[in-house]
Amino acid sequence: MSTQTIDTELVQAAAPLESLNSLDLLESEAIHIIREVVAEFERPALLFSGGKDSVVMLHLATKAFWPGKVPFPVLHVDTGHNFPEVIEFRDRTVERLGLRLEVGSVQAFIDSGELAERADGTRNPLQTVPLLDAIAKNKFDAVFGGGRRDEDKARAKERILSLRDEFGQWDPRNQRPELWNLYNGRHTVGQHVRAFPISNWTELDIWRYIARENIELPGLYYAHDREVYERDGMWRAVGPVSEPRPDEQVIIKQVRYRTVGDMSCTGAVASDAVTVHDVVREVAASTLTERGATRADDRISEAAMEDRKKDGYF
Amino acid sequence: MSINTDENLGPRREGFLAERSEVREPVGTPLAHATLFRFATAGSVDDGKSTLVGRLLHDSKAILADTLDAVTRTSADRGFGGENGSTQKIDLALLTDGLRAEREQGITIDVAYRYFATDRRSFILADCPGHVQYTKNTVTGASTADAVVVLIDARKGVLEQTRRHLSVLRLLRVPNVLVAVNKIDLVGFSEDVYRTIEADVQKVAAEIGVTDVVVVPVSALEGDNVVDRSAHTPWYTGPSLLDILETLPTTDELERGLEPFRFPVQLVIRPQGALAPELASADDGGASFRDYRAYAGQVASGSVSVGEAITVLPSGRTATVVGIDFAGFPLERAVAPQSVSLRLSEEIDIARGDVIAATGTFGEVSQDVYAELCWLSTKPLREGAKVLIKHGSKTVQGLVRAVTGKLDLATFAEAPASGLELNDIGSAQIRLASPLPVESYARHRRTGAFLVIDPQDGNTLAAGLVKDHPGDHEDERYVI
Repeated sequence: MSTQTIDTELVQAAAPLESLNSLDLLESEAIHIIREVVAEFERPALLFSGGKDSVVMLHLATKAFWPGKVPFPVLHVDTGHNFPEVIEFRDRTVERLGLRLEVGSVQAFIDSGELAERADGTRNPLQTVPLLDAIAKNKFDAVFGGGRRDEDKARAKERILSLRDEFGQWDPRNQRPELWNLYNGRHTVGQHVRAFPISNWTELDIWRYIARENIELPGLYYAHDREVYERDGMWRAVGPVSEPRPDEQVIIKQVRYRTVGDMSCTGAVASDAVTVHDVVREVAASTLTERGATRADDRISEAAMEDRKKDGYF
Repeated sequence: MSINTDENLGPRREGFLAERSEVREPVGTPLAHATLFRFATAGSVDDGKSTLVGRLLHDSKAILADTLDAVTRTSADRGFGGENGSTQKIDLALLTDGLRAEREQGITIDVAYRYFATDRRSFILADCPGHVQYTKNTVTGASTADAVVVLIDARKGVLEQTRRHLSVLRLLRVPNVLVAVNKIDLVGFSEDVYRTIEADVQKVAAEIGVTDVVVVPVSALEGDNVVDRSAHTPWYTGPSLLDILETLPTTDELERGLEPFRFPVQLVIRPQGALAPELASADDGGASFRDYRAYAGQVASGSVSVGEAITVLPSGRTATVVGIDFAGFPLERAVAPQSVSLRLSEEIDIARGDVIAATGTFGEVSQDVYAELCWLSTKPLREGAKVLIKHGSKTVQGLVRAVTGKLDLATFAEAPASGLELNDIGSAQIRLASPLPVESYARHRRTGAFLVIDPQDGNTLAAGLVKDHPGDHEDERYVI
């Protein structure tokens, strides 16, 4: 499923050196940023969920430091409601690259009473506390994220290096200007920086890059048959944390996931995109935004992402 | 001694690297041949800037259905027509306002980045607000832009703000400047109005020193000449705004052949024991990489090929490039702005912050910098201030010895000054704690730019543009 075979009708599309195409330029920009952060910070880490954006980030990191290994650990905030195949993929990838994995557990915080389960069962907003806890415990001073500016209106205004205060908060009205390709990572004790090297990539860029570089992803990004039911215009998988209500009919449908997050709030889309090239074509033709189509938590209000980010979210 | 040559690097087709040399995208893959173009918009809400940005995104189909639905609903709430998503009845400006405070107050606070694509190009649009801190925002947006679109309201013509914008663009050497004469529908698509404004623009641009300005009559609200040529302006024979943006050369394309090779070293890659697992587990146990040593960075300007002579700045040591690596994929030549690693013939002392340059193309490194400063902080600049200077990949201490003048943006003339406030642009003389290989921004955009940073709180205080030393002669800069 994950390793795609290349069909025969392919043409050489790598641009000659003198005309670097958009992917080449985005890739070089991201590698430059990753290297700057590693050079200027004491203890960087990469947020790695096994989702496509974080997988692309890790791939870029392997390129940035070749032939050395990736010189920082990865951090996953596990909601406890993740897809099992994504957790399996996460562990396999970390082992393949010889990396250290830190896990911040939402479940552990709920068990200890430090977090309360939300009435709607959604755990994405609960990730902030374990995230900040893991950052503080490990003394991470820079945390790489796979956030992209095309995802959301608030993200569109965030810097590539985004300063966070002692409480992990983002202050959108007081951001440092980001000039040329000179990144200012200075911070004081207690502050840390979130670094978003793929800020300028779009969902289509990510998929074209995954296809071009033959990057392995969890299988649920490709069309497969799954037991689902419809809720709020999304296809929800039947599972322990996403039980259908009595009036919701369960059917078997060919679906894929455009984003992979918490099972309780991530929906699938109907799709027959079996190969990575199918997905590239599907994304290019899509008429819905990635988050609007698949994330219940971003539908809460027009400023849902902004509110979460101000509190220290990714 | 020759080290690190390709012959002793051993197996290279391991893991994902094997596929990189067969980079392929299928026939008909969207954007497979698209290049990347960055542009910024300058103007105020009153000029219809948000509407223009909304129009570009909408007409290039970058706005997806769910976003459009949300905007249509909000537009209807605010009294716009809002029927069946017809763009003339929705508030296009809503497409670009990101933050809660912006929507509540109807203003734009910060530079926002937008993305759209045509078959030819992927666009990154830096949407710079006009009213609040326009210098700060325009400088930020223009610093990475291949082009800037300046908006003028057709009913108002060239204003002082237009002059200010053009001055900033001249200072930052934005390679392509476009002026959109907006709201042309509100002056009855009048050719006379357009011709008058066009002549004024060219006159002011010439005074300020901006060349090759393209002036396009548009109606962002109605869509005329934004994406498609308009039937309402038969007297305008030029291309639409988007057509122009699709065909202008990028900064790197313009400068690649003209500028000498510069490569700020970000890191030394010397993995020794910490090899990537797929290399460490190769047949030879990674033995061929035991002595691997390369200098990682992004080509700032020009190009470099295997076999070329380089000089390390500021030390002045020389060597030959014996290998260029891109993640295990050997290149014969690297061009700006590729991120690569260089292997050299000699094991010389090179650290982060050094600049690798083509031999014979650099003058002297200097501890005294004369520069134009775009002051971006509410904390004012006073003579005697101690600051940090970040240039390329190096940060050094600096002392602002003197502020020698302040630019009048309306006239591009300099008046005496002894300090700078937020949004001022002025000249200063800075003494550095250790020498930097700075060059004149007028000739070397990348190596002529630096940040001024507050050593106390770490905030960015200013964008710096290196000027020639008083009394410098151009010829001397290329002699070692």
